[in-house]
Amino acid sequence: MSSGPLRSAAPAAMRLLGGRIPYVEGPLKVTGRAEYTDDLARPGMLVGKLLRSPWPHARIRSIDVREARGMPGVFAVLTGDRYPTPFGVLPITRDETALAVEKVRYIGDIVAAVAAQDELTAERALATIRVDAEPLPEYTDPRVGLRPVDEPIHRRGLNGTNIQKEVRQHFGDVDAAFAQAPVTVRVHGSFAGVTHAFTEPLVTLAEATPNGRLTVWSATQVPHYLHRTLSEVLGIPMHRIRVIKPEVGGGFGGKSDPLPHEIVCAALAIESGRPVKMLLDREEVFYTNHGRHPTENDVRIAFDAEGRLLGYDIEAVIDGGAWSSFGTVTTYYNGVLAMGPYRVPNFRYVGHRVYTNKPPSGAMRAHGGTNIRYSVEVAFDEAAEQLGIDPFELRARNALPPNSDTINQFHISSTSFLRCLEAVRERSGWASKFRQLPYGKGIGLGCGFYISGSNSPIHFTPKMPQSTVHLKADMDGGITVHSMQADIGQGSNTLLAAIVAEVLGVDLDRVHVHPVDSDVSPVDLGSYSSRVTFMMGNAARQAAEAMRARLVRAAAELLGAPAERIEVGHERFFWPEDPARSVSFLEALHKAMEAEGALQSSGSFTSKPMGGSFKGARAGTAPAYSFAAYVAEVEVDVETGVYRPTHIYAAFDCGRPLNRLAVEGQIEGSIHMGLGQFMGETMNYRGARLLNPALLDYKIPMPEQMPEIDVLLVGDDDPDGPFGAKEAGEGPLVATLPAMANALYDAVGVRFYRLPVTPDVVWKGIQGRRAAARRWKGN
Amino acid sequence: MPGARRIRFGLNGHPVEVTAPPERILLDLLRDDLRLTGSKRGCDLGTCGCCTVLVDGRPTLSCLTLVHLVEGREVMTIEGIASPHELHPVQRAFVEHGATQCGFCTPGFILSAVALLRENPQPTRAQIVRAISGNLCRCTGYTKIVEAIEAASRAGGAG
Repeated sequence: MSSGPLRSAAPAAMRLLGGRIPYVEGPLKVTGRAEYTDDLARPGMLVGKLLRSPWPHARIRSIDVREARGMPGVFAVLTGDRYPTPFGVLPITRDETALAVEKVRYIGDIVAAVAAQDELTAERALATIRVDAEPLPEYTDPRVGLRPVDEPIHRRGLNGTNIQKEVRQHFGDVDAAFAQAPVTVRVHGSFAGVTHAFTEPLVTLAEATPNGRLTVWSATQVPHYLHRTLSEVLGIPMHRIRVIKPEVGGGFGGKSDPLPHEIVCAALAIESGRPVKMLLDREEVFYTNHGRHPTENDVRIAFDAEGRLLGYDIEAVIDGGAWSSFGTVTTYYNGVLAMGPYRVPNFRYVGHRVYTNKPPSGAMRAHGGTNIRYSVEVAFDEAAEQLGIDPFELRARNALPPNSDTINQFHISSTSFLRCLEAVRERSGWASKFRQLPYGKGIGLGCGFYISGSNSPIHFTPKMPQSTVHLKADMDGGITVHSMQADIGQGSNTLLAAIVAEVLGVDLDRVHVHPVDSDVSPVDLGSYSSRVTFMMGNAARQAAEAMRARLVRAAAELLGAPAERIEVGHERFFWPEDPARSVSFLEALHKAMEAEGALQSSGSFTSKPMGGSFKGARAGTAPAYSFAAYVAEVEVDVETGVYRPTHIYAAFDCGRPLNRLAVEGQIEGSIHMGLGQFMGETMNYRGARLLNPALLDYKIPMPEQMPEIDVLLVGDDDPDGPFGAKEAGEGPLVATLPAMANALYDAVGVRFYRLPVTPDVVWKGIQGRRAAARRWKGN
Repeated sequence: MPGARRIRFGLNGHPVEVTAPPERILLDLLRDDLRLTGSKRGCDLGTCGCCTVLVDGRPTLSCLTLVHLVEGREVMTIEGIASPHELHPVQRAFVEHGATQCGFCTPGFILSAVALLRENPQPTRAQIVRAISGNLCRCTGYTKIVEAIEAASRAGGAG
């Protein structure tokens, strides 16, 4: 357990942490020397390719692969019957198979796979495979799937429907709260699906060797869950599988499920006896999806006459696509992540996640918290107007205090939400702008709340640590760090190295973070739920403190001084009362090694049990929460509806920022992703067919669309975070979207409830307001 | 290889001669045959900019470029930007300013930036934004990329 001894305050003066620490692997990335999975090659390597379903929903009668099997240069052909064991990232909803078994469920579902000597041969082999399939009714509207259907997409659909998960929660008495409420607001939000659009396509390389071992290199953000899933589906014990995570070119949640192509690639390597690389093309990446759920929500909020919250009444229907993925969690999150940053005395939530014949939805940055946050924050803006209270004041009146509990028993350890509000109000010049800018210009406030690490490990006995870090220091004076934490660009390798260097008082270049390799890296659950800084950080600090204690003992012996008085810094161990007497890090290390050889130490993090005892109580519990208050400014061309954000002021509470460069980068990148969802990104379907599976047609914001961004980091230390830190990877996204919506309202007097808000939508909104003879700021 | 012929061009300052069929794509040649894997394959459709190289100093999408089109030309990839012992000022600025996160788009951005600064050592912010508009980044929101290019420009980063 780490939480006890680590509650000590951060050191008064830190050399590295709290500063701007360039990424340790930066020089490799800027020279093209960083190795991603597709950059690797193995002798005799084959190319793996997938045959995908052209049917949204069909029963497979037969698959004829005889011709493919006989082709020269083809070394393996697979269909679903070979490895039919179901899997899924959540053990309670294993409904996926590596290749389709009996049915296909979306356009893009994997039907067959080949491994061949080159890409052309593989594609020719796929072209010979004959699939006889009986089309089945296709279901693309989740509302249809709420009722019994002729052919449920999965047998586990609730009572013959396509419902994958139903959540009903009620705390307090919502009906009574609304009955006495002088002010109620209601927002019906509608959100198109969006996807991660990481730049590195999905790719896996696998090799089965005659010593009975399987090695898999993959672009994954959760190597441990991949490791478990490979074992389950392929029937190989985990200790004979080695999972390696090379550099990963972005994930944002899209590389957090164990994905079927990873299993298929490994299976092809086993079947062929040769290394196999499988690189998905960009179209396949879009079909693999696991992006943010298309969502309809209905949010009612009640206030008393002074603007104090009386209750929330929330319904949500989310479109799960073909599989469960993280969906049970997503269904809860679409309700319970409305629990902050305000005190909600009465709360009711009904959520449904419904299977459809579309590419699966899953976890995407600010998973489950983005769309509900939009509707809540827009509703707050409307309520502020009805109540005649400034939007800042309305939020401040309802802020959760530090060290408090929500009605569903989330514990809020630290919150600097009020300071976020103060800082961003001041910096944005709100008082002289709100409702005072000329028509077509607007300013809006949106706030945020997110988990800093899911308290409940998905796939793990809760009594085992969620993160373990090992250190090794040998006579070369280098310190090697092993952990399965997954750096996917967010800077966790750098933070890991910096924490170790900080605690040991050594230069950063002494510390080497070993690439993730399950043969040597102890389990950390990977990059999801914004857990890495908090959990890995605590584990790393504990490991480094354990090693420091041994070095200090050795230094004390050399100095003839009491160990408890020895201090550490600048690569030396010294006695403050006589600073001239000191020993170098290497001297202390070599002395310590006389007793035991190379030093090793270990640290771990296990979060405390938390949450209530009701069904679903653990969903959304976290050892800490982040908070945000953003102000957006927009300019609208009222004749065309074309608009752009000009400035976003982002006040964020991540506790103590440990690497400001990385935290700013997370916030700026989150704003980009949030703007993308708000302004135009759409998984655009006609029925079950995805119309835009390409980066040309799925448009993420371009450089010229980005606003000026002011990042304001105003967090107080979290009592349990490493050196006081909390997450900054996902929470920074959610406030962006409602801040934009509320700014557009301030600009042109139109509310937008359906995302994305494209220029034609803005134009129609302006025309609609004019047609209704409603004036706004004199226009 | 049917129709394969010898093609000579300059690669990172050195003359090379390859044998390639007419349909051979420059990105495939660089990554698969020459094992220069710094040019990244992000979409194969000319939409992401991760495969950007310089051909006679101009940013060029190597995934859309046939090898025979670079015959007699000078191709510069990310591997040719730094000297063996020192980063190029643009590369250094990208590291110091946090302009690389996952790093997959980084080689393409750096080549676009190097080309810009060689042509225009003191670009305005708008000129920088225009110069990188063929490169997608999903991590940074471009903020720190623009800052890094400005810093490299101030440091005399034409290289």
